[in-house]
Amino acid sequence: MNSENEFSILFNLNGDEIHYLGDPTRRLLNVLREDYHLTGVKEGCGEGECGACAILVDGHLYNSCLMMPYQINHKSVLTIEGFRDSKRFEIISRAFEAAGAVQCGFCTPGMVMATEALLRKNPHPLRDEIASFMSGNLCRCTGYDMIIKAVMIASEAGDGLW
Amino acid sequence: MTSEISNPVKRLDFDEKINGSIRYTADMELPNGLFAKTLRSEHAYAQIINITTPSLPDGYFIITSKDIPHNNTIPVVENDWPIFAEEEVHYIGEPILLIVGPDIQMIENLMDQTIIEYAPFKPTLTLKEAMQNPPHLELSYTKGDFDHTTLKVLDKFEETFETGLQEQAYLETQSMMAIYEAPVIKVYGSMQCPYYIKDALQNALAFSPENIEVYQNPTGGGFGGKEDFPSVLGVHTALAAIKSGHPVKMIYDRSEDLSYTTKRHPCKIKLTTYFDENHHLVAREADIILDSGAYTGLTNVVLQRLSFSIMGVYNITPLHVSARAYKTHKPPNGAFRGFGGPQAFFAIESHMNHIASRLGVNPLDLRNAYLVKQGDMTSTEGKFRHPVKLPELVWRMETMSDYRNHFAESEEYAGVGISLFLHGCGFTGSGEKELLKSKVSLAKFEDGTVEIKASSTEIGQGSLTTLSKIVAQALEIPIDKVIHKLPSTANCPDSGPTVASRTTMIVGKILYDLCGEVKKRWNEPRFEVSAMYKYPSDLFWNNTELKGDAYPEYAWGANVVRVTFNPVTYEVDVKDIWAVYDIGTPIDSKMVKGQIDGGIVQGLGYASMEEMNHIAGKVLQNRLSTYIIPCSADFPEIKSATLFNPFEEGPFGARGLGELTLVGIAPAYAAAVEQATGVKVNALPITPERLRRLIHEQRK
Ligand code: FES
Ligand code: FES
Repeated sequence: MNSENEFSILFNLNGDEIHYLGDPTRRLLNVLREDYHLTGVKEGCGEGECGACAILVDGHLYNSCLMMPYQINHKSVLTIEGFRDSKRFEIISRAFEAAGAVQCGFCTPGMVMATEALLRKNPHPLRDEIASFMSGNLCRCTGYDMIIKAVMIASEAGDGLW
Repeated sequence: MTSEISNPVKRLDFDEKINGSIRYTADMELPNGLFAKTLRSEHAYAQIINITTPSLPDGYFIITSKDIPHNNTIPVVENDWPIFAEEEVHYIGEPILLIVGPDIQMIENLMDQTIIEYAPFKPTLTLKEAMQNPPHLELSYTKGDFDHTTLKVLDKFEETFETGLQEQAYLETQSMMAIYEAPVIKVYGSMQCPYYIKDALQNALAFSPENIEVYQNPTGGGFGGKEDFPSVLGVHTALAAIKSGHPVKMIYDRSEDLSYTTKRHPCKIKLTTYFDENHHLVAREADIILDSGAYTGLTNVVLQRLSFSIMGVYNITPLHVSARAYKTHKPPNGAFRGFGGPQAFFAIESHMNHIASRLGVNPLDLRNAYLVKQGDMTSTEGKFRHPVKLPELVWRMETMSDYRNHFAESEEYAGVGISLFLHGCGFTGSGEKELLKSKVSLAKFEDGTVEIKASSTEIGQGSLTTLSKIVAQALEIPIDKVIHKLPSTANCPDSGPTVASRTTMIVGKILYDLCGEVKKRWNEPRFEVSAMYKYPSDLFWNNTELKGDAYPEYAWGANVVRVTFNPVTYEVDVKDIWAVYDIGTPIDSKMVKGQIDGGIVQGLGYASMEEMNHIAGKVLQNRLSTYIIPCSADFPEIKSATLFNPFEEGPFGARGLGELTLVGIAPAYAAAVEQATGVKVNALPITPERLRRLIHEQRK
């Protein structure tokens, strides 16, 4: 701790080593959006209900609106911006396109991160497993079925990648 | 059967949406920009006695009604909705002033230090209280010869239905920004209707039209909630930008959005059906009451659509309908996908089920005996001018869902329900002809590309893609030769609002026709052509008597829902959902499925879980943890199909679709729950708490 509300935090953000010096109790969502311009991380509710702000921390899915910088000290954070050049993103993207899983797009980055988190844990999930894993990511446009199908398509097309 | 146009294409906005690079209003940087926050009324009904504002640090501003150069109203249909409350407040949350500045935390501190003194009056909070005064809107109409004295001697069955508020819950909250570059005000944001905002700005600022520009930003869902309401943020940010001299951004947080933006109107519908001695349904009466909230907004149009839809898909004539709307001291209600249709179809379809059970006949047999046909009169004595394929729709639904077997052999705590419904496509009454006069342009360039210019907005439904597809196919050019960007009033003529299931059918049709002209002049290197909507000449509408063709066309649907019920937890589990629609030619099968699935799940939310109540004028469910919308684990896969019935006046045969999918699912769900529980359910939403209450009451 450098001054009263400054805090030194080291973390990896989308592959870069970051030294964050600042208020340790700001919402991580704001830190990502405002300090690092990662606007693919969306705010849909600000209270952990919608998943629009979803990121991966050490490979696990978290809502960044409920986190503070001190919680990511020495951890690795992945947002859509750090994921979108990967092979696995490519597979997920093609699957979302094939299934028609994108409408207004506001939930989409969160859905993509949730898909990645799920497939890391379970490369071949069943429909019910997908539906229950994704239940923290709200979508008001699609009615979910096309998103669930997208995850199934990705799981098949990306066989061996996860 | 499908047409070539139905083959799905990749959405034009897919790549930037999937990789998160698309920027919604909150994501946009605004150099030297300020934020604006709304200070709101704490009273449902009160006089404002005094406002004490704190001394403002440098760079902070307060905006009140005094800063409005012209009218302090948001023009919707009537001009009763103020931009800022002046002398009185009429609901909790009504905007009184804005505080504008560079730091949100400081703005919030300044808001805490602003003191408003009120002299409270006794508010009118419920419909029951409101009905002690005259309604502010009223309509009635009769189809056929409705003679009370002859009907009086007949058997009748009367019942009342009630529905609650529903919030659109678009995932992106209301967001807007404004930049003043004297003499031009530019407003950018999340919206369905750029020209509505332009009108609102003109009404407030009295700027000349060429000095007002409204641009749609990428929009994270609308569902009607971004039809009229964004005008409020548009005017607020514009006033703040003009006064401060800085760009100004306003982003509602979720709780503000849930609490104070427009919602689906709560409603009460009394239906009376008359029977002759052979138990035939020979006449019907409907009495409809809406809760408008504090201001009129779009209530009169919702009231009309609800009233005109109440005949359902049945030719039971005479029909007499009277409808009224009352003001209460709550936030104004407004547009939501379906626009009165969901309330009407919940009532009429549930009523049909209850009649079937009284008469001891199968609910589908009862319906089949009264289906409207081509050439029959609509509720307002217009004509169903085109083939009505209800028998095919029903047959397709029966074979798909095996409805009859499920109904006959339903096990304990299981149930199945069916609904049949329609939705008028396009604006109500003579709206398309007299109010909208939609116009579109096509510009052809040297390199063989063609640009679509229309004010229709992309709100997730895929209109950028579907309209491009229509133009590409009509011109027989590849879709990547068609340019179609988010609209602005500066670059696009007014093709009307993006509402009422009208974009594909009406705007798409003007574009389709205009392609004929482009084709003829194709060898010219560069030109631009425009056209307006041609209102079909055999339609008529009398707005005083409410007689004639209330809509240019109708789309049709049937839903079946199968559920099980847990008598311990009172929870309902949806097992199967089937849906069949006649929407003419689907313009893109994938986009159509997106509308079907999305509309049905939103409608099931309305039917089963989305509950919003006010206590003492204050909304109880002001978070997504308390206002519950469906999640991925709630409903099973939807099995859906479309009939082949191209609409000769639509582009490639297309009818409207976007709203139809939400309209009919609630009554199918309700019927299934009734069979599974054995109780009658005349109100939405059907939550476990409501079921528990009904079961206890009805078992006594
Ligand atoms: S914004 Fe974080 S969960 Fe909704
Ligand atoms: S696509 Fe709009 S919220 Fe999911």
